[in-house]
Amino acid sequence: MSQRIFHHPVLGSMEERTALQFQFNGAVYTAYEGETIAGALLAAGVRTLRVHEETGAPRGIYCNIGHCYECRVHVDGIPTVRACMTLVTEGMCVTAGSVLPTPLKKGGHAK
Amino acid sequence: MNDVLVIGAGPAGLSAAIAAARQGLSVKIVDEFYRPGGRLLGQLHEEPDGVWWNGLAEAARLDQEARALGVNISCGVSVYDIARCDDRWRISTTEGEWESSLLLIATGASEAAVPVPGWTLPGVMSIGAAQVMTNVQRVRVGKKGVVIGVNILSVAIARELQLAGVHVEQLILPPLSEVSGKAGRPHEIMRSLLRVAHLAPSPVIRLGSKLMGSAWMQRLAVAFFPSKGVRMWDMPIHLRTAALEIVGTSQVEGVRTARVTPEGLPIPGTEQLIPADFVCIAGGLSPLAELAAIAGCPFAYVPALGGHVPLHDEYMKTPLPGLYVAGNITGIESARVAMSQGTVAGLSMAQASGLLADDSLLSQAQLQVKRVRQNATIQFHPDIAAGRELVGQMAAAWTAR
Repeated sequence: MSQRIFHHPVLGSMEERTALQFQFNGAVYTAYEGETIAGALLAAGVRTLRVHEETGAPRGIYCNIGHCYECRVHVDGIPTVRACMTLVTEGMCVTAGSVLPTPLKKGGHAK
Repeated sequence: MNDVLVIGAGPAGLSAAIAAARQGLSVKIVDEFYRPGGRLLGQLHEEPDGVWWNGLAEAARLDQEARALGVNISCGVSVYDIARCDDRWRISTTEGEWESSLLLIATGASEAAVPVPGWTLPGVMSIGAAQVMTNVQRVRVGKKGVVIGVNILSVAIARELQLAGVHVEQLILPPLSEVSGKAGRPHEIMRSLLRVAHLAPSPVIRLGSKLMGSAWMQRLAVAFFPSKGVRMWDMPIHLRTAALEIVGTSQVEGVRTARVTPEGLPIPGTEQLIPADFVCIAGGLSPLAELAAIAGCPFAYVPALGGHVPLHDEYMKTPLPGLYVAGNITGIESARVAMSQGTVAGLSMAQASGLLADDSLLSQAQLQVKRVRQNATIQFHPDIAAGRELVGQMAAAWTAR
């Protein structure tokens, strides 16, 4: 379900924009030119952009202007890319990252 | 090599670049965001005279003017180091290194984080995040939300959300803690809100605020603050309600709240759950000054200006050779003040290069900063002028050493 604000009482209506296809965790989504990864995914109802590397707890955007790094994702294989600062491009492949092993921590995930 | 490097393409950086380029300097701006404008992007409010301040339009105007003067603007570039090399500044960025003899740091402000239990759940964001998502990305942050933190910025942005069809259920206080400090105490919030009550559209609130001049009247008002909140600027403000915890499993489902005493302590037996699919945390703004610290600039801690600010004089020059600052890095004020400070910085750099044809341009620009500050409809802090004075004295003392 789309949450885009096409019409705004003061800012006016959005002009025609090019639609782009991109992937997030293997599923295909549509973005419009000028949308960030975070914006396009939120418009599609996706709030969880990654999981905490140690606990697996879900995380999404916090500051939306690049300060906090809470929205870090992998883009086309490159890690630690900020979803709030990165515009979607055609065919972009975004993944959320996963829980990492903590072999030196007592009671950690390493087997 | 450019004569001037500017870090930050917000109102201060763009205005500085325009002023310097007009005097014949070659200017390059770098900014981390994907488009120029900085915190102008997303600003949208109605001034008391009924005219809308549209930050997006202001940003587009400054951007066009700068480009027309030949200013090079590189977006999506992060600066991670600044070093002095011979008689120049070298900035290290994600796109390589650049050098110039004059450097302006105009990095603006960042939002203070106020930890609330449950704040890492998806759907919890800073109030500024919601502003950018709504007005720049044009995506709704949710259907129904709660704003934690009552200040001039959070009330203004909550109105912007409503304008875009996003329902804000309540504005409430953060839980009382070492971090939230005054922001968790109802009587402190009442005092700060009264400073801006003259802007309220409702004549009842405007008149009421005049009657509330004395401290005991303010205490009385807090003590009898209606449990349903009041609609101030048409926003549901609950000064006697605080968040205890944000709840949800995979994302925000609601906020657990309690009524609080005038001192901010939760009253047992008054807990409630407000259903919500998003939460905004509003902790206020602080100067974003790390790069000035890396450059070796001395600082002052001035609460009236929002925190630690790099020392600078009325020419926006720091005590370090060729290093200038402008905008919210020098103290939290409106975008209009940032723009006028940027013009001063740009002209100062032109003067330092021997390219300023007419020195009166600079003195006029300095007067303009004071004029804009005096005419500001919103005073972010009552002691801004005194804070500015103090920073100027400290800068002079530092330079005289």
